[in-house]
Parts: sequence; structure tokens; C-alpha cells
Amino acid sequence: MEVPILKQGSFLIATVQAALSDADLLQFRSALIQYVVRSRSQGVILDVTDLDVLDSFASRTIREISLMIRLRGAETVIVGIQPEVAFAMVQLGLTMEGVATALDLDEGLQYLNHRSKTATS
Amino acid sequence: MIGAMGTSLDEIRVSILSDQDIVAARQQGRALAVRLEFSPGDSTLIATAISELARNIVSYARHGEIRIRSAQNGERPGIIIVALDDGPGIRDIRQAMRDGFSTSGGMGLGLPGVRRLMDDFDIVSEQGKGTTVTVKKWKL
Repeated sequence: MEVPILKQGSFLIATVQAALSDADLLQFRSALIQYVVRSRSQGVILDVTDLDVLDSFASRTIREISLMIRLRGAETVIVGIQPEVAFAMVQLGLTMEGVATALDLDEGLQYLNHRSKTATS
Repeated sequence: MIGAMGTSLDEIRVSILSDQDIVAARQQGRALAVRLEFSPGDSTLIATAISELARNIVSYARHGEIRIRSAQNGERPGIIIVALDDGPGIRDIRQAMRDGFSTSGGMGLGLPGVRRLMDDFDIVSEQGKGTTVTVKKWKL
């Protein structure tokens, strides 16, 4: 299953679907990082609104994606973590430390716009 | 239909052979939780617990099975999930139940995390024979 990645200005928006296997997630990780390099993106929004479960593997992979992209000099923000999913993650002990999160796509874009403005000024 | 142990005889069995099966198992578990009218929040906790248990099977035992069934605790309906494998077994269960312990690449949250997600937790493991984890969640 492929994760669609859209280019929006200097940002990328990736919408993660519900039924991704571990292999799908790892494939998505390499596809996204290559895309970030190719498009010289300054920011990435990972939309996980459709994800009904974020277990240890998915959380770890998303965190790794965010850290890798940061090493490329771009910023990642995770948007749309469902309240039930957030509750389950905290119970499991998954805190996504060091990863930016925002309520939805709009707030995610605002966050990235703000970051790129403060970075250039 | 209610069996002698007060559990439903209809049992969903998902054999776990690869990471694809993890997704199938948690989808089946969520479907049953929703059918039993668990809240969306509890259904997510149940699906997440199944995901972690199935992941343990893939990581440590290579193959095994997830069994899901409804149950009754007095007036309270609930769900029982059994994760079994015939893998190498866990040498030190006390250590495996401690947060941060992992022998297969730093996830280390599996079992203690699952215990926090569910109401009841039981583990039986014998070296060279395999591991059976039984977890239960009861409706409020």
C-alpha cells in the first residue's frame, strides 16, 4: 500500500492510511526521505488522521522519519493524532519526544510557515 | 452460546506469520470490540494491545496465533485475547515485564505496555516450548 505524498510550495504533505503494515511503513519512510531530498523541501506534514492504531513500531518509525528529516535541515510535524490513539499511546509509554505535533493540517501548515519565517529572518 | 467457563464458544483465530497479519489481528479485535459495544477509546486500547502482542510473536517467535473471543464476568461483558506461540519462550518473565526491557532491538515497551492497556494480564512461558499471554478487558 502506497502513501500519497503531495507537494505544496516548499512543503510536503503525506497522508498515512489506516491499514499500513510494518513493511509499508518502512517503504514509506524511504520514499518520503528521498522525496524530501529530491524536492529540497523545508517541511513535511505527516497526516495520521486515518490511523486507528499507533503502536510501538509505528510510533518509533514516525519518530525516526522526523529525526532523519531534521538532519536534512527540514522540519516535520505530525498532525491529526486521534484522541483515542493519543490515550493508547500514552498508556503504552510512547511519547514521541522531540517530534512536533499539531491538531490538523491547517495548524501544521501554520507551524511550518512560522518555522521557515523565523529560520530565514 | 456460553461455554462452561462463561466464555463465548465463537472464537476468532488469526494466525500470525508476518507483519501483515498484525494488521489483520488488530482489525478483527477492533471489530469484535465494536460489536460488543466497547467505547471508541476502549476499542482503540484493545486494538493497540493486540498489535503489540502480535508484534511480539513476529519479533520473537516468528509464528503463532491470536485468539479473540467475548466473555462474561458476572454482569460485565468483556473481551479476551490470547496470544500464543511455540517460540523460544521468555527466560526471565519478571525482567520482560519491566519497562524498557527488550531483546530484539529496542522497543522494550511490549508487555508492560500491554498490561497497562488492559484490565487483566496473564503470561505463561516455558523455555523451548513457547509463550501464552492472556489479556482481558471488561466493559465499564
